[in-house]
Amino acid sequence: MAHPTQLGFQDAASPVMEELLHFHDHALMIVLLISTLVLYIITAMVSTKLTNKYILDSQEIEIVWTILPAVILVLIALPSLRILYLMDEINDPHLTIKAMGHQWYWSYEYTDYENLGFDSYMVPTQDLAPGQFRLLETDHRMIVPMESPVRVLVSAEDVLHSWAVPSLGVKMDAVPGRLNQTAFIASRPGVFYGQCSEICGANHSFMPIVVEAVPLEHFENWSSLMLEDA
Amino acid sequence: MADVIEDKIKNYKTAPFDARFPNTNQTRNCFQNYLDFHRCNKALSSKGQDASPCEWYQKVYKSLCPMSWVEKWDGQIEDGSFPGKI
Repeated sequence: MAHPTQLGFQDAASPVMEELLHFHDHALMIVLLISTLVLYIITAMVSTKLTNKYILDSQEIEIVWTILPAVILVLIALPSLRILYLMDEINDPHLTIKAMGHQWYWSYEYTDYENLGFDSYMVPTQDLAPGQFRLLETDHRMIVPMESPVRVLVSAEDVLHSWAVPSLGVKMDAVPGRLNQTAFIASRPGVFYGQCSEICGANHSFMPIVVEAVPLEHFENWSSLMLEDA
Repeated sequence: MADVIEDKIKNYKTAPFDARFPNTNQTRNCFQNYLDFHRCNKALSSKGQDASPCEWYQKVYKSLCPMSWVEKWDGQIEDGSFPGKI
């Protein structure tokens, strides 16, 4: 989850997010190198007493500063497209969960076998236990088995919302009347936080998402318990 | 043929990838399977045949469709106001 004074992404909890993180590092390094070079050239030009009034053109440098940017762009495009296609691959989910956005909470439905559905409200600040995170905790978490491909179908029951969990590299708009598919694999067990990412009214900032990845056995126990309680 | 379908139904985990709906928008996938289930039931029961192969479509639409949509459509079918052709 996010922490104070954080500069970069949250730690990746899915293979896709790892790829996105590394690509971002790669692209940012290129950007920083170019910016440093340009800044250096600017300061060098501004601070020299030398002048040259007789240069008219230079084929060589023109060729270099055309080919080099093209090469740099290819070096950015290739990893980018690789990840784009990776994210689009046909996956074979083990589990389908529906995340429905409401004003102002999420509800999760696990209907592959039985009809398990429950609401997930934010824990109000005054009800937080010590150690819990303000504006991020919910009363019921979306539990998923770890290391399993999970399909999430996102929709909304009233207005636009958006289901996002940064550490899993997932964000998908929740549109009323439409069913948007996304998928992820939680590479490790853990608790992953997200927040509604489309303005949806007064309590848009107060309908967080919590995904908890657990071993398959624990997931099965949890879902039986939830069905009994319902 | 029937036992192939039976096997598929028995080993059902979740709705598999459907090449007819390869993209992000799965609305039609859900609706199509809902329609197909009711059409299959209607077709097989009208001929007096066993409607258990239709269970596949039911499993898929239950996996994909939000419960509120299914309840609404079931209500509409009862009323006779369901917009799809069954």
